[in-house]
Amino acid sequence: MKIHEYQAKEVLARYGVAVPRGRVASTPEEARAIAESLGGRVVVKAQVHAGGRGKAGGIRLADTPTQAEEHARALIGSRLGTPQAPQGVPVHKVLIEEALAIAQEYYLGITLDRAKQRDVVMVSALGGMDIEQVAEEHPEAIVKVWIEPWQGLMPYQARQALYDAGIAREAVPTATRFLLALYKAYAGSDASLAEINPFVLTADGQCLAADAKLNIDDNALFRHPEFSTYKEESEEDPIEAEAHRRGIQYVRLGGDIGIIGNGAGLVMSTLDEVSRAGGRPANFLDIGGGAKADLVRNALEIVLMDPNVKGVLFNVFGGITRGDEVAKGILEGIRSLEVKVPIVIRLAGTRAEEGLALLQGTELIPAVTMQEAARKIVEVTC
Amino acid sequence: MAVLIDKNTRVLVQGITGREGAFHTRQMLEYGTQIVAGVTPGKGGQEVLGVPVFDTVRQAVEATGADASVIFVPAPFAADAVLEAADAGVRLVVCITEGIPVQDMVKTVALVRQKGVRLIGANCPGIITAGQCKIGILPGGIFTPGPVGLVSRSGTLTYEIVDLLTKAGLGQSTCIGIGGDPVLGSTFVDLLPLFEEDPDTQAVVLVGEIGGSDEEIAAEYIRTMHKPVIGFISGRTAPPGKRMGHAGAIISGRTGTPQAKVDALRSAGVPVADALYEIPTLVKHALGSQI
Repeated sequence: MKIHEYQAKEVLARYGVAVPRGRVASTPEEARAIAESLGGRVVVKAQVHAGGRGKAGGIRLADTPTQAEEHARALIGSRLGTPQAPQGVPVHKVLIEEALAIAQEYYLGITLDRAKQRDVVMVSALGGMDIEQVAEEHPEAIVKVWIEPWQGLMPYQARQALYDAGIAREAVPTATRFLLALYKAYAGSDASLAEINPFVLTADGQCLAADAKLNIDDNALFRHPEFSTYKEESEEDPIEAEAHRRGIQYVRLGGDIGIIGNGAGLVMSTLDEVSRAGGRPANFLDIGGGAKADLVRNALEIVLMDPNVKGVLFNVFGGITRGDEVAKGILEGIRSLEVKVPIVIRLAGTRAEEGLALLQGTELIPAVTMQEAARKIVEVTC
Repeated sequence: MAVLIDKNTRVLVQGITGREGAFHTRQMLEYGTQIVAGVTPGKGGQEVLGVPVFDTVRQAVEATGADASVIFVPAPFAADAVLEAADAGVRLVVCITEGIPVQDMVKTVALVRQKGVRLIGANCPGIITAGQCKIGILPGGIFTPGPVGLVSRSGTLTYEIVDLLTKAGLGQSTCIGIGGDPVLGSTFVDLLPLFEEDPDTQAVVLVGEIGGSDEEIAAEYIRTMHKPVIGFISGRTAPPGKRMGHAGAIISGRTGTPQAKVDALRSAGVPVADALYEIPTLVKHALGSQI
């Protein structure tokens, strides 16, 4: 789960990570009031998940509360097109923060190193840039330290990484405390990524998180009730949000062929096969293992919420999922949802024959293999 | 024996009294797996399908000599269940549970590796040695004994490929679903050496997907193998930054792209199928050209 910058800073502050003074606003009037209470110059920052928002005009400096209000008015309710999301993401809130007197910009990151199966801390003196670009052009400028799983980040490791990365020597003691607090926040909130970029050293010697990115492991949300209020705002696509409310794994992809299958790997391969056949998948939808008719009906309803969908392909290889349950779900869906688009169905494995028998005499188009199913759905939708 | 399990493997089921645990215990028994014990804390002394239930894994191992464990325990308690099994002295733990927090797995995997216990999963369909023993939730009916080993990050995709192999007259030795999480007890490179050494395996199918770099790491090892490996990568059309169901299946930044995986495998001499139906042909070719 991705959370917004202002939420990340709320979490980090609870663990003692130093963040600039500021508050979030949903209206221009609120933005003005916050700027007034902060005093002096402020930054108005659009709260969106896409990176590269600075270049897209999502971060604006305001000298007066009136200016802060104007910036907030321009941003709230607009769509911000960034390099990572060219079609634009809606801005609902802005963060109003004190403007910092920046002396140096550094980079701090903590994430999982999958290959080493442990967390890695990354420190670089080249802050403020895209870290992947730094990794490509100046790999030597990123210092990495791996964390022992049962031990956690030790103070000496933090110190060593900061000195090695070339952080201003006089700032290292403060930066060490900052990095240890950041690690505590990462571990304590079951994060999959904690990134401070830029990590700022101010003219008066403070270390602060000018920006903050915190991604939370979805699997760990059960033990973090404090994040439940963030969940709602983490969804940007309304169909994805509805699917997740119903407990369905759905990702919208932008094409016009709806895809429903069981198992992530099989669904991914189905997307690949449809693309090979010349079609454009509208979505990824995994009904998971052992799905009952009701879930299958729900899945069909979700896929059809996308107005671009011109046809639906079901690809189910039954292991613990039963073909007859899937067929019942599809029939219920057709009855209750007034389906107007063609449906191709490929059923194999457990109780596939019983399932196909149930579907006889309907307008559904059967297919024996995944390849044939992909070809047929592309034929009937183009 | 084939890879890791055979007809002599003595299996205990953690979470045997739960709905999933009981259902799959029946399926495994029907396949011929020796299920010797079950464990559910507080339900020791009961029986499930004639299998004795114990309160702790240690009691179950002491009483029955179980040497492998399969876990159907809910996600919040699953890491603890893996560690309990490892501590009780079983040599193989297969964790089916989906949705375990990554930090739990980082700690658990580090510890089981240190103890020398083999962990498969989590979030995996399990392992099967065709015609001998099935541990997990794989549908037994599609497997048939033969010379092809398989190791895969995906469950249903495994079934699809095994079905294609069986229909093409290509039986299987051992098939392992390693799971779809970012941190796994066993990765491709942990398991390929077992297939390389296994006298019952003559060729290996490796089924990867987007995310991480396990396929690239495996490619380096495959260069040193004598047995042929055939590859397949799913998610070739998946967009970056979108998690495709599996917690591990996400292209983040410039890592985990399908093309990097296909390229790495091909440069190690691995034929990579572009579509599933090509796999049996590539396997036949590899087996034919072997001797």
